[in-house]
Amino acid sequence: MAKVTKLNVNGIARTIDADANINLLSVLREQLDLTGSKYGCGEGQCGACTILIDGNPRRSCITPVSAVGEKKITTIEGLARGDRLHPLQEAFLEEAAMQCAYCTSGMIMTAVSLLQANPNPSQADISHSMEGNICRCGTHPRIVAAIQKAARALKQSHT
Amino acid sequence: MSKNPDFKIPLDPERYELTAAPTYHFEVDRRDFFKFLGAGILIVCVLKSAHAAQESGTAKHSSDESIPEEIGAWLHIGENGTVTVYTGKVEVGQNIRTSLSQAVAEELHLPTGKVQIVMGDTQLTPFDMGTFGSRTTPTMNPQLRKAASAARDLLLGLAASRWQIDRTRLLATDGMITDPETKRSIEYGTLIRGQQLTQTISEQAPLIPASQWTVQGQSLPKVDGRDFVTGKHRYPSDQKLPDMLYGRILRPASFGAILASVDTREAEQIPGVTVVHDGNFVGVAAPSEEIASRAIATIRADWKAEPQPSNKELFEYLKKNAVEGKSSTGDGSRYETGAVDQALAAADHRLQQTYTVSYIAHAPLEPRAALAQWSGNNLTVWTGTQRPFGVRSELVQAFRIPEESVRILMPDTGSAYGGKHTGETAIEAARLAKAAGRPVKLVWTREEEFTWAYFRPAGVIEVTGGVRQDGTILAWEFHNYNSGAAGIRTYYEIENQRIEFHPTRSPLRQGSYRALAATANHFARESHMDEMAHLLNMDFRRKNLKNDRLRAVFEAAAKKFGWGRTKAVGQGFGMGGGFEKAGNIATFAEVAVDQKSREVKVVRVVTAFECGAIVNPDNLRNQIEGSNIMGLGGALFEAIEFENGHVLNGRFSSYRVPRFRDVPVLETVLLDRKDIPSAGAGECPMVGLAPAIGNAIFDATGVRLRSLPMVPNGLGQIAS
Repeated sequence: MAKVTKLNVNGIARTIDADANINLLSVLREQLDLTGSKYGCGEGQCGACTILIDGNPRRSCITPVSAVGEKKITTIEGLARGDRLHPLQEAFLEEAAMQCAYCTSGMIMTAVSLLQANPNPSQADISHSMEGNICRCGTHPRIVAAIQKAARALKQSHT
Repeated sequence: MSKNPDFKIPLDPERYELTAAPTYHFEVDRRDFFKFLGAGILIVCVLKSAHAAQESGTAKHSSDESIPEEIGAWLHIGENGTVTVYTGKVEVGQNIRTSLSQAVAEELHLPTGKVQIVMGDTQLTPFDMGTFGSRTTPTMNPQLRKAASAARDLLLGLAASRWQIDRTRLLATDGMITDPETKRSIEYGTLIRGQQLTQTISEQAPLIPASQWTVQGQSLPKVDGRDFVTGKHRYPSDQKLPDMLYGRILRPASFGAILASVDTREAEQIPGVTVVHDGNFVGVAAPSEEIASRAIATIRADWKAEPQPSNKELFEYLKKNAVEGKSSTGDGSRYETGAVDQALAAADHRLQQTYTVSYIAHAPLEPRAALAQWSGNNLTVWTGTQRPFGVRSELVQAFRIPEESVRILMPDTGSAYGGKHTGETAIEAARLAKAAGRPVKLVWTREEEFTWAYFRPAGVIEVTGGVRQDGTILAWEFHNYNSGAAGIRTYYEIENQRIEFHPTRSPLRQGSYRALAATANHFARESHMDEMAHLLNMDFRRKNLKNDRLRAVFEAAAKKFGWGRTKAVGQGFGMGGGFEKAGNIATFAEVAVDQKSREVKVVRVVTAFECGAIVNPDNLRNQIEGSNIMGLGGALFEAIEFENGHVLNGRFSSYRVPRFRDVPVLETVLLDRKDIPSAGAGECPMVGLAPAIGNAIFDATGVRLRSLPMVPNGLGQIAS
């Protein structure tokens, strides 16, 4: 079987040894020890495994590692700049938008791409974009509030 | 609560909270303690109340040299001033790591950041029956406060003797003892350098009253929150060890199936794969999850199974299979007062109705996971469980090894909701690790979690109410088949009552679930109250509700909701509420029913909640909001479909859970009763939602829905 030996993850070229059909989530978690992306369903239905590939949100549990090629992968571990958290990470903390927080990585990664595509999302836009992410603890209104807060913070940092 | 003796918290946990405590053998020499903790101060909490003693197993005598056995927690202050608390309670997202830090910081007068909490490590923490039943705040919180208060007392004494002054002029503030007259101060760590002091405290130690709290009562953010938003925190399923293998289990073809024959030869040929076949257990350990899955897929097995019922005949099955004579007044499952039959006969109006609830799944986003490691006969397991000590007992039994050789560690886990009480994942991982001679991690797939965990019990509830023309409820008869006895008693003042829980055979494996049967029993009771109110054309709740605390939440929620205002076409308002786990809840819902599609949308939910003195207001709000959102699923659309031993909708693509589009506007009113001890809040806020929605749907459409979930496919097929 064809092998994949290289991945660009969080700005670093990483060496892996994976069969082409293996899902990206397993490779990130098992081979690269990037366990911030979570397994929740294995069928792309819950969003806990969401990562960015060239800035687009992807369900890593149903993405074959061979589909990535040279593209840039960003995981939750690659979001902060040194000690400085991404505005979404800050906003999730400030709004206490988590309980068990198992969904949090996927929520934040989905929201990163949302705010890149739409810097001024309405509540309905947010709800629509986050529909594929499950939170079982029921922190949805706080997640919406955190995304709105981060949108404001990002706008300020750009002006 | 003293006003109404009926509102006692039952000493028995709900039957579905599972199994008694194992024999308790913990004996640690005090000197051993300091060996492993380092010098400093050790405060040991001894339990006196029946409640707490029960949670920590049966009390036994102990020698002077050993730590008393009936302990709930211990607290250590090291020479660097770090305070470490050891408790068997665990963190599953309810944020008790945060609220317990506040408890300790409050009494010890130090920053919360200086408090470390070791939770659910069976080697380091005292025995604890488990984290369930909303018990952490009412039992562990005061215990830790007492321990911290005793430590503060010791520190004041140490400073007084060091400075040769009267201790009453000394103050403990911000991790230091200060003498305001001379302005000298000394840090806790410095004060105890070289000391090995132990103190045992009892439940009677005095505490700072809620009215004077400075740390409790504040909205402290989640402890270690940064680790959770950066992906750094390691959940049970993220645990790793060098040389670790990945496990997979061959699941039976249906529930209860017996393995007739199995061929594992192909799996055994895969390099690096260990196959285990032991009785009905077949599993593999492999160098990666992918290889493990591939190996399992090659195994050919024949299973023998008996025909089993489906969800279509579930409620008839439950009624038919009631275990007669099993309930009694002694175990809280039967209650009778007055003369129900005569009172019913004398009533002006009688109403009899049947309500049902389906099996639902907890679906914690992190499935069950365990990493097991053997070292000789010693077994260490990292696993997500609400009962680390219960899991230890299961492993002791499964592997016939002594309790001392099993250690369970419970990393903060990706939720549970009552669904992680049992230890099968730990046993499976340990069995594979034993055969492979290497550590094995097993993470259940979502389908396994939906199928092989256990479910919230389904149930049938029959209610008969008898009312006088003036709105007085004369008689109340209430029978719950299978779903459970939690919240079964009525809080309305009724002279003649017959209330009974009937255990039945269950077609599916069932167990604990957040709020247990209180959700079902409140749904039936509060729906029935609404039905009778419509029958009489009179809102008679208030007339029959005497409890002040419950009245207060109903009044607060009604005010915030704007109860009594006129409604538009398709709009409906409803309420539900009650008393559970020492908390009081009133939930008011607004629904909109689309006139064309007949789609039901819950638009707004107003909740008023009171659980005594509030420990952390924002986390309390978070729990209430979460209860309402989680509760939406069971109220509106969640149900396990099953047929002949198979779950038919065991995936997130077929089992619908609440998502962003389902979430209504949530408004929460907190009533802070600083004069009442704090109760837990993870469960009670759930119970008012389903009846509030059902009553609102009736208000909007005239359709009465008596089965949970109420609208799995919208209102479409239901005639108005």
